[in-house]
Parts: sequence; structure tokens; C-alpha cells
Amino acid sequence: MPARTAWQASAPLANLRRRGEIVARIRAYFAAQGLLEVDTPQLCPATVTDPHLESIEVAGYGYLQTSPEYAMKRLLASGSGSIWQIAHVFRGNEIGRRHNPEFSMLEWYRVGFTPEQLMAEVASVARLALGEVRCASHRYRDLFHRHLGLDPLRCSTAALRQAAREHGELAFDDADRDTWLELLMSQAIEPHLGRDELCFVIDYPPSQAALARLRNDIDGQPVASRFELYFRGIELANGYHELLDAGEQRARFAADLQRRSELGLPAVPIDEDFLAAIGSGLPECSGVALGLDRLLMLALGADSLQEVMAFPFGRN
Amino acid sequence: MATYSTNEFKSGLKVMLEGDPCTILENEFVKPGKGQAFNRVKLRNLKTNRVWEKTFKSGDSIEGADVIDRDMQYLYNDGEFFHFMEPENFEQHQASSATVGDAALWLREQDTCTVTLYNGAPLAVSPPNFVELEIVQTEPGIRGDTATGGTKPARLSTGATVKVPLFVNEGEIIRCDTRSGEYVSRVKS
Repeated sequence: MPARTAWQASAPLANLRRRGEIVARIRAYFAAQGLLEVDTPQLCPATVTDPHLESIEVAGYGYLQTSPEYAMKRLLASGSGSIWQIAHVFRGNEIGRRHNPEFSMLEWYRVGFTPEQLMAEVASVARLALGEVRCASHRYRDLFHRHLGLDPLRCSTAALRQAAREHGELAFDDADRDTWLELLMSQAIEPHLGRDELCFVIDYPPSQAALARLRNDIDGQPVASRFELYFRGIELANGYHELLDAGEQRARFAADLQRRSELGLPAVPIDEDFLAAIGSGLPECSGVALGLDRLLMLALGADSLQEVMAFPFGRN
Repeated sequence: MATYSTNEFKSGLKVMLEGDPCTILENEFVKPGKGQAFNRVKLRNLKTNRVWEKTFKSGDSIEGADVIDRDMQYLYNDGEFFHFMEPENFEQHQASSATVGDAALWLREQDTCTVTLYNGAPLAVSPPNFVELEIVQTEPGIRGDTATGGTKPARLSTGATVKVPLFVNEGEIIRCDTRSGEYVSRVKS
């Protein structure tokens, strides 16, 4: 193999051609569906409050956006109807085979769609890249029960901690309930998800609702109306039945900021324009964000994002 | 000693874990959705040589280990200790047989090897990747047999035993890979 010099693309050109073809297919799909393609700013004065998302601050300007969600919801509240875009988004300190601090998010919102309708469409879009593959959905609670014998909504935090310690050596002992849940999800459950199917995980714990509304599941247990898509053990997409209640949204932001302060993380300004938009009336809708680079990685049988990105972080 | 955050973890970094110096072999960043990120880290405990797999919460920090690799000349073995010298400042270090371990099988006096120092004292010794050593004992060679692929054991001047092709003889110098313990080639003298 000839030596490759640093200025050249990290991905083989054949992969970049496939990437271009798949993106063209996605664009044609949304055009045929009649969704409006939009373009929202990557640099905004406010950003997300999620304690575990690090927004990159640009001194004097604001923050590079971790997702186009707030701006897209302002458009929805303005009466845009269903919209989509492929946005470059930024997340600090996320670097690895499956992470690049700058990546492409395929994000869309469907006015009037239920999460079930949107999941069916997410599967269709994923198949544009992955080809024919069947799909199934599993409740978060059932997965914990099957793989760990635990009820994640009701068991004690001590039981979660015990299970986590049985699933690998840990360099820490102290964590909150959601951290144990997330650790168990990534260590003990994710590797089994989507081995030969598009695997939707539904009905998340209310503490992990983010921007999804809550509802009661078939057992009468409150859950978040949120879904995630996994394929071959890799998380591909995150969707919500979107929360329409501005007061509840503000309370969640405040709880995030409280958590940030407890963890010693920097405070971030709340996006008041976003809250005002929700307050003025977001239409009933479901939305989803899909990691485009990861989808392409799986479509091309690659093992790292670097194989499908022209100039990944560290080579840009 | 400095502390290192998981964001700074990379292979080769020396850190303290549960009181022992370790070297990081692999570091994988794992992040479920919008949740807490983790680093799945493979480390080698430099005292026991055991490989550990540990999961860290991303953003946590641990102390660095005062561990450095130094090229040194192997001087001699006094029966109890192996003696090494830093060629720049002639400073000498002694290491026990336990510290030197299997490296002893490949060490020839005056050869350069890598001594890992922990808090200034030898922690481990690695021979060069390739060494050229004399065969002191092996079955007689079969002349002309350079192709059949058969092997026989041969003992080297330093004590290691390697499998060599049938045509190689006592008294010859051979090149070996110390990592695999395998014969590489004959060395023309």
C-alpha cells in the first residue's frame, strides 16, 4: 500500500462515493415525501442543558450546537409543517471509533405523527442505506429483565450497582441511578441489540425523558415516550414524542442545571427563544435524530467513523 | 505526579491504579445516547504483568505513575542481582531475578536492553526485540536440508532454547525474535 500523506482523506474515495450515493437517496426520499429541507444555525447564543452533552463554546459568539433540535422546533412552532435536514453538530470530548466531535445529524420532525409511525419511517430511511433488514421493538424494561433479571423502573439503586459490578471491573464505586442504568445498558444490553434486525428500544425511564413527553405504559408504569434505534449493537437514532408543555420543559432545564452544578460542570444559558416557541404552541409531532456517519459506517461494513468521514477530527 | 483525565488517556500512558503502576494498552470511549459517557480501558499492571479491563466514568481523573523506560547496558549477574548501567551518566541499577524474569534468557553482557524504572528503581526489563546469539548445544545438522521445514531444539549461550531448522549447527550465531521466542535467521560471521 502506498504511504498516505496527512493532507489526504482518511476515508477511501470509494467509501466517500458510496456516502454521496446514500445521501442522495435520503434527499430524494424526503423530497418525495414532501418534507421541507431546512438549514438552521450551528452557532447560537444558547445551547442544551443536558449534563452529559458538552457544548463547544465559541468566545464572544455562543455555542456550537449539539443538535439542530431547538431551532427546528422554533420553525415547527412558526408553522413550517414537517421538516428535515442534515446538520453538522458538535460535541466536546467525544472522540473514539464511534465518536467524532463534529458529525452529521440527520434530523426530522413529522407533524401529526405518533412515535410508532415515525419508527416505521426511521426503519424505511435506515433501509435506504442498509438494504432489506427486518425490524423489531423492545421495551427498555423487558430488555433489562431478559438480560439482567432486573426491573429498571422499580428495583433499588443498590441492585443496579450490584449488577453493574458483576458486569465488569469498575474504576468507580459511586454513581447516581441513571449512571448505573446507562452503564448496564452499554455493557450488558447494547452488544445484544440489533444483531440481525433494526432494533427499536422504547419506553425509557422517566428520568431519561430529555425532550420526550411521559405516558403510562401497558402496565400503568410512567415511562418516557422516547425511542432509540440500534443496529449491530450500535446506537443509531434517538426519537421523541415531543413534549409540548413549556412549563414542564423549563422544569427539566432547571433540573439539568442543578445537576450540572452538583457535578461541577459549567452552567449554560437556557434557550429562552426555544421555550417561548414551545409556549406559543408546538404542533403535535414526533421527531428523530439519526447519526448519519454511523449509519454509513454500518452500511459500508466499516468498523470506525474514520473510514466514512473525509477528514475526521485529528486529520482536519 | 500529574493527574490525567480520561480525556487524556492513550496507549502508553503510565498511571496508578489500586496502588500499582500500570500502562494503558487500549482506551475505548463509550457513550449511551445522551447519558453518562464511559471509558473502557485495558491496562497492564506493570508489577504483576496482569491485564486489567476497567470501566471509568468519562471525566474522572487518576494519578500518573512515575514510570520511565531507559535504555541501559546489561553488565553482569552477581548470582543474586542483575546489574545495569545508564550509558549517559554511568549510573548503575540492580534488579532481582524476579524483576528481570524471562528477559534473563536473552541478556548477554554488554548488550543494550530497556529497563523500566518505577520511582527510580527497576520494575521490569525487556531485551531488544532481536538478538544475535550463539548456539551452545543442538543435535548435529543435516547438510543440505534447507527446505523440509523440520525443526529441532537449540540451546543458546544465554540460556534460552529455541526451535531451529535442521541445517543449523552448534557454534553458529542465529538471530531470534525475543517477543515470540522464535528463530529468525542464521547470521553470517
